Amino acid sequence: MKLTKEEQAILSGSEGKTKAKIMQTLVEFGELFGATEFVPVSTSGHLVTSFGIGLLKPVYRIMDEIIEAGLKTPYPFTVDPRPIDYKNVKCSILDKLIFSKIMYSKQKHYEEQLSKIGLKNKNAFTCTCYLEEVGNTPKYGDILSWAESSAVVFANSVLGARCNRNSGMLDIFGAILGKVPKFGLLTDDGRKADYIVEIKTTHLPEAQILGSAIGMKVMEKVPYVVGLDKFLGTELNDDTISYLKDFGAATASNGAVGLYHIDNLTPEARKFGKKLWRENAIRYVIDDAELERVYKSYPVMWKKEDAKPSLCFIGCPHLSFNQLKNWTEKIGENLKKSGRKKVKVRTIMTCAPDVAAKFKKTDDYKKFIGYGVKLSSICPLMYTNNPLAGSKPIITNSNKLRTYSKARYYKDDDIVKIICEVK
Amino acid sequence: MEKKFKGRVICKGNYEGECVVSRQGLNTLATFQKSALMNKKKVIGSDQNNPDVYGKNLTGVALILPQTIGSTTGGLVIQTICQMKINPSALLFSEEIDSLAASGVILAKNWENSNIIAIDKLGSDILSEIKTGDKIKISEDGTVEVIE
Repeated sequence: MKLTKEEQAILSGSEGKTKAKIMQTLVEFGELFGATEFVPVSTSGHLVTSFGIGLLKPVYRIMDEIIEAGLKTPYPFTVDPRPIDYKNVKCSILDKLIFSKIMYSKQKHYEEQLSKIGLKNKNAFTCTCYLEEVGNTPKYGDILSWAESSAVVFANSVLGARCNRNSGMLDIFGAILGKVPKFGLLTDDGRKADYIVEIKTTHLPEAQILGSAIGMKVMEKVPYVVGLDKFLGTELNDDTISYLKDFGAATASNGAVGLYHIDNLTPEARKFGKKLWRENAIRYVIDDAELERVYKSYPVMWKKEDAKPSLCFIGCPHLSFNQLKNWTEKIGENLKKSGRKKVKVRTIMTCAPDVAAKFKKTDDYKKFIGYGVKLSSICPLMYTNNPLAGSKPIITNSNKLRTYSKARYYKDDDIVKIICEVK
Repeated sequence: MEKKFKGRVICKGNYEGECVVSRQGLNTLATFQKSALMNKKKVIGSDQNNPDVYGKNLTGVALILPQTIGSTTGGLVIQTICQMKINPSALLFSEEIDSLAASGVILAKNWENSNIIAIDKLGSDILSEIKTGDKIKISEDGTVEVIE
């Protein structure tokens, strides 16, 4: 990489050993992928490591080193959701013991470390930092140092910001340095489509299954999706943003997608259209049969396949305000059908703390809690990581949660019937 | 037929010993998390979705894989197992190394003084021509060959 005089000086230790090591790490990372220069980070960071999990000892040591060196991020950053919420996600004594003493024993200490280096505030814990209620919403063309895969793919695709799929730790390094190596999704060429995905379904596909199908097919490549605007329209509004949020999270977790384009809808597709297609782009046709094939391929990881679900998680990634309202309506309609007043499966919906605060002011929230549903800002994935949770029959509508845990995936219309016991 | 492959050296080193081959993308978090969390002295692959590594010892072996997949904590997990000294001796990628694994080996080298060997772009044939349990030799120039 060609470094400026200032960057070379930092690498030589002019601003201390820790900053030099951070620079060295990012230079080596950039050079591996052919980066020729650094580009300035233009807005707030977002970190993937929100959890004080005991095993990540190097994180706490490096954080201490950063604090001792007096380094802070120039912009306040947000971070993924907390792993624990005993108030809203009740746990047994054994669960609590495992969470607090074994798995997340460093949580308090780690949150103190985050505060010292630039954490935005106590509400900054969510994977959907880009929602307007949270406010870490990059603009078109912004350069980011983020890590959370679902947030990176949203920022790149729906907002037109530029960010690579960074690992935890490199996210904070780039945020502190205020620079990231320019390669991959930070370049015009890296944003061109390797796949043309044609949607030929009879109705709007389930976002989570469509994302899963595309992710598994293209892995880390860039897909350009044609034919989805027929169902979604050509305007980015609350509904399409929620759909693309869930779609993107599935592409990033079932595959390794960092950027997608939706014809006539996402900003770069609207601006450049077919000019984004690579000459040798591969075609992938998705019809109803292909989606069904993908859906049926998900393994059931429960010990007893016909077990009765004991817990339902909806909100991985965290739900938007609009989705909370829609779920309230959906549950109300299905409870009416089943003749019940409350859900029959313990159900937890998760959203950002700032979204929860807004939702709690609405009449819908009164209905929501009246239906027996709990609202939390926990990370369902971190909760289900607990070895005890692995033995519980948990259901979810999240393809990301399905991938990283033993939770069983159901489509939205099916899961609402299960929790409301609609026959 | 001589089974010899040449790749790009990311972290150089010499190694002679057994290998484990993952023909599918290796989910770093799912594979290493359990042993690291339980503070074990050896990593036993714990990703039930990957039969190539599930239940196998991965400490001190050469791990051959296409790329890593999964959570963006992947780099941190590689750094952590290197800090705990329960890491594979070498990571041998058939494709170009992915950004998460790259972060992991660079973090391990710069922050943990790890000597984990990393070589990428070895070509997809390595996944079919070398089998788990084969004895291989890795040289500093990025050559990987089967010796037994």
